[in-house]
Amino acid sequence: MKPFEHWMKSMDSAVDLTAFRNPERADRILKRLKNEITRPWVIMEMCGGQTHALMQSGIDQLLASQIEFIHGPGCPVCVTSLALVDEAIALAKFPNVILTTYGDMLRVPGSEGNLFAARAQGCDVRVVYAALDALKIARENPDKEVVFFGIGFETTAPANGISVLQAYRTGIQNYSVLVSQVCVPPALEMILSSPQNRIQGFLAAGHVCAVMGISEYIPISEKYHVPISVTGFEPIDLLAGIEMVVRDLEAGRWRVSNAYSRGVPAAGTAGALAIIHELFEPCNRDWRGIGIIPDSGWKLKDKYSAYDAEKKFGVTATETHESDVCIAGAILRGLNTPPECPAFAASCTPEHPLGAAMVSGEGTCSAYYRYRRNHD
Amino acid sequence: MCLGIPGKIINIYNEDGLRMGKVDFNGVRRETCLVGVPDAKEGEYVIVHAGFAISRMDEQEALETIRALDEIDGLSC
Repeated sequence: MKPFEHWMKSMDSAVDLTAFRNPERADRILKRLKNEITRPWVIMEMCGGQTHALMQSGIDQLLASQIEFIHGPGCPVCVTSLALVDEAIALAKFPNVILTTYGDMLRVPGSEGNLFAARAQGCDVRVVYAALDALKIARENPDKEVVFFGIGFETTAPANGISVLQAYRTGIQNYSVLVSQVCVPPALEMILSSPQNRIQGFLAAGHVCAVMGISEYIPISEKYHVPISVTGFEPIDLLAGIEMVVRDLEAGRWRVSNAYSRGVPAAGTAGALAIIHELFEPCNRDWRGIGIIPDSGWKLKDKYSAYDAEKKFGVTATETHESDVCIAGAILRGLNTPPECPAFAASCTPEHPLGAAMVSGEGTCSAYYRYRRNHD
Repeated sequence: MCLGIPGKIINIYNEDGLRMGKVDFNGVRRETCLVGVPDAKEGEYVIVHAGFAISRMDEQEALETIRALDEIDGLSC
């Protein structure tokens, strides 16, 4: 049978990812890689989803003697600042507020407690699948104020943004967003400009680039002489991205390549970009565990400030307090790995996380807990 | 969070002025905002994140990726 014949047949019912999970194909690429690599390389996968996929498939271990993977800060739940988490908890405590957000955010530790604890204390905290669902709650509860804690990278910006645009267009006034948008390229530059940087090549986050395209990465690749490959999330996608980066490294060249072209148009997705450009403008953003990165976030433009929950309710978290034990900040900066933390898998577990990196399905600590706990 | 799930557009409709659609994810169907992909048609595939289609899934590119990966080993058809 031809390699993708089965896949083509089954394409009719839904997108079948069999071809991108095929173990024989993975094995062939791995063998090729092992032959091509002449010396060890250090590669960062930017996205926490890629960290989990690398560990789940075992690709990181299969290549361990030749490639060191450093896990990037691409986990929005992990990098959303403690101040914003505290603000969300404060907003949930307003008597007339329904606080809505994505599921993972309920377990993220604030300075004191989390949104789950706020709910247990009687606050109306609800999980939504989409920001438009939060807007629907606002429409159905005209006597309440509905706040959406809108976290996320570029991937999530259009999904969060469309709810504001729709509220504006349809005149819904009891809806606002606690905006916590973060952007990848400034973080990439921060990592590369650090004197301690050891990373030689990058797997860029496929779904961020599905929205944004690849152009932002070209000047970064040129300036720092690093190969960057836009990479997806299936085992074959990961291997394809790794192979592109390795070939560039071995050849001593740098460029931006696209190993996820089925989902990433080079220019991005125009309709999604149009929403971002209409609503947002750049701002400095505080990344939990990392600090303020200039122009690494988006805030709502003045035209939409009536939908900015911080302005509407006048909330600002001035004093924050991180766990004394948790080293998630150092892990996010690639300085430590989770097993080096005394709390890892002891006092800190996905059920009772001390830090945000243990909460999320993209967090590095959660990845080690799931896939490496009994092996190291 | 940046999870993107490929799905097939079953139908497209307008809801309060928004381009929306039912998208099938291996049998599970969900309401999805299609504002970001104005050219995507029924029967085509999109990548969906947080209820929003962030890009079109290009089947030809998918096949090309697999073909290119296999060709290096002389396995291509």
